[in-house]
Amino acid sequence: MIVEIGHYALVLALALALMQTVLPFWGARSHDSQLMGLARPIALTQFAFIALSYGALTYAHVVSDFSLVNVVENSHSTKPLIYKISGVWGNHEGSMMLWVLILTLSGAAMAAFSRAIPPRLLADALSVQGVLGAAFLLFILLTSNPFARLSPAPIEGQDLNPILQDPGLAIHPPLLYLGYVGFSIVFSLAAAALIGGRLDAAFARFVRPWTLAAWIFLTLGIAMGSYWAYYTLGWGGFWFWDPVENASLLPWLAGTALLHSAAVMEKREALKVWTIFLAIVTFSLSLLGTFLVRSGVLTSVHAFASDPSRGLFILAILVLFIGGALFLFMLRAPALKQGGLFAPISREGALVVNNLLLTAACAAVLIGTLYPLALESINGDKISVGAPFFNLTFGPLFAPILLLAPLGQLLAWKRGDLLAAAQRLYFAAGCGLAAMVAFAAANGAPVVAFIGSGVAVYLIVGAFVEIFGRIFPGGLVKAGNPLARARGLPLSAWGTAFAHAGLGVTLLGLAATGWGVEKIVAMKQGDIYDVGPYQLEIIGLTNDQGPNYTETVAHVSIKRDGHIVALTSPSKRFFSTRRMATAQAGIVTINLGQVYVSIAEPNPNGLIDARLYWKPLVSLIWLGALVMAFGGGLSLADRRLRVGVARRAARSPASAPTSAQAAG
Amino acid sequence: MKARLLALFALLLLATPALAVQPDEILPDAKLEQRARHISASLRCLVCQNQSIDDSDASLAKDLRILVRDRLKAGDTDQQVKEYLVARYGNFILLKPPFEWDTLLLWLSPFAVLALGAATILARRRKAEEKPAAPLSEEETARLNSLLGDEKA
Repeated sequence: MIVEIGHYALVLALALALMQTVLPFWGARSHDSQLMGLARPIALTQFAFIALSYGALTYAHVVSDFSLVNVVENSHSTKPLIYKISGVWGNHEGSMMLWVLILTLSGAAMAAFSRAIPPRLLADALSVQGVLGAAFLLFILLTSNPFARLSPAPIEGQDLNPILQDPGLAIHPPLLYLGYVGFSIVFSLAAAALIGGRLDAAFARFVRPWTLAAWIFLTLGIAMGSYWAYYTLGWGGFWFWDPVENASLLPWLAGTALLHSAAVMEKREALKVWTIFLAIVTFSLSLLGTFLVRSGVLTSVHAFASDPSRGLFILAILVLFIGGALFLFMLRAPALKQGGLFAPISREGALVVNNLLLTAACAAVLIGTLYPLALESINGDKISVGAPFFNLTFGPLFAPILLLAPLGQLLAWKRGDLLAAAQRLYFAAGCGLAAMVAFAAANGAPVVAFIGSGVAVYLIVGAFVEIFGRIFPGGLVKAGNPLARARGLPLSAWGTAFAHAGLGVTLLGLAATGWGVEKIVAMKQGDIYDVGPYQLEIIGLTNDQGPNYTETVAHVSIKRDGHIVALTSPSKRFFSTRRMATAQAGIVTINLGQVYVSIAEPNPNGLIDARLYWKPLVSLIWLGALVMAFGGGLSLADRRLRVGVARRAARSPASAPTSAQAAG
Repeated sequence: MKARLLALFALLLLATPALAVQPDEILPDAKLEQRARHISASLRCLVCQNQSIDDSDASLAKDLRILVRDRLKAGDTDQQVKEYLVARYGNFILLKPPFEWDTLLLWLSPFAVLALGAATILARRRKAEEKPAAPLSEEETARLNSLLGDEKA
């Protein structure tokens, strides 16, 4: 019965989505504020119905209702509860349910927190959000119904793919989708602005907090996915440039560009048309990602052609929304007033360069991802586009961003002084060079590693130079009251600094991978191997029984100079239902680096194939993403205050900019 | 279709005790082994999603790793090993697509986007400098300030 209620709620949500599409839009055209006002309650109710439906599906998974095809194919009665809950989105139908859940959550959030948005803009935006919801609800109901029953119901399910039975599944997809689908708000607002034909700095003000929020989640989601791959795959790879990963990187790059161009639009009324275009492109890339992942086109073009119902449906959605939005853009953009001019050497100018480089880097990833598909469908040639391609194209396009980010922060709006800004970076550059020399002396080759870590240190220090100048306007000697000044700075200034520094932290982690140590050995109990500064030894082997698997566990001691520093227990798990094995790596974090041990099953001769790693500073790769997200959060906290309250009392004198207002 | 693929995947996993490069594959000659690792990192495991044979657990990847080492032992140069594999499996096996006429667009377009973007920005600047926009009227400035609100602290 609960399942039927869930199914019915899904259908009702579709009806509500259609109402949300038509009524407010009509209201906006006929200047009927009552009709426009309906958008808000409908959006909230639609979310409530999807949540109800999603809850019903989760219930079916939790109680192991094997009369549902979806539960049979992806669950098992002995599966731990956390994977019964997260397993809901560990399959095609369920992940689409999560998609619409977050889509309607975005619509509801916009309805609930956007009191300041002009009613017509909000009505049109929620109407666009309604079409999006309707399209994806139709997709679920027509091609991917999670509530399909099975008769007779089997006694036991087929279990979830063991690789997915991991805490990573509980965290990664929701974060990623909050980012991906969160950009739908920005898309809807852009489309609404084009429909209404009005575009001013106020628009950028509404767009930026939503962009920031989605960007924060996407940053965390990508980082979480990368860490999941890192500890699951048994050798510590964290990024493969495979199309599914690229699908998440594309909206991140476009979203990052959008954050920066919206700053120019808000402060200087420039780049308006470009900002609207980016808002459309960012969510379009999210849609493209959904298509790539959900249509099966990646496994093979032929698989897509032979089972096209789902793929074609999503392709149709893709064409409808991307094509529709770009068509609207083409119609309306020329009529929009281009914004003000600015000198090339200025904060705006720097942000234009940032956007140019991010766009080109995004294009490199997009082309690298789609080219093999296009080529195969045109002339049947199969090629692979892997890491070497992206290192040669994305690398040189992204590298200047790392060097220029601190410089951009130091240029003033309207008209900046390049030489003065560069001079203020002497200290950061000095730190970078010193770090480069120190790292080279301590760790030696490869060259990329110490150059990269030098750049990273420069980027981290450089990110705070602007703030430092505002806290100590007279230098360290005439410090005055630095604490009060630091507190007087807008949070968004701190946000920018932390986000940029986070990029540097990630870069440092990436650069340090060059100094990693790898040992691939067949070892037995008692053998001791030197791995970097540590000595690793298997001190015992046990066989354990998990809820739905059996495992062989190796107990490994990690010593340094004869003293035990840590113990770790990598294992090999065998899941009997699916007859699949997974490797659980043993990972110990020491001084930001990690000792990483992965084992295979013992050989008949008693030897165990093992991979032993020392990965210095590797944890910084993901900590950097946390710092970036923290910076985004600071900026968002600031914006919420400012967007909510129209005018705040004049700030303390400390917030008067020495060089420029923060980029946000 | 999906179930079949998953089943295939499961079989592949089951067929090998996992772990990419395994101890028994490693060549005694450290220099040769290093070359083998380097080559393996640039070859795609044909049944995987963008993973190199050096990283992959699939049994096919293991066969290819052994093949690469056999060719090296036979005295092939790195280039000859790659050519041998391309002759057998096509360009699909190279993670770095060759620079040929049908990949020209692939290699050049990212930089073309950069060049086009830069050219557009420069052209717009020049046009705008020729006829500077009228400055804001007093009324417009006042309106702008009220819209920007507290920004102008």
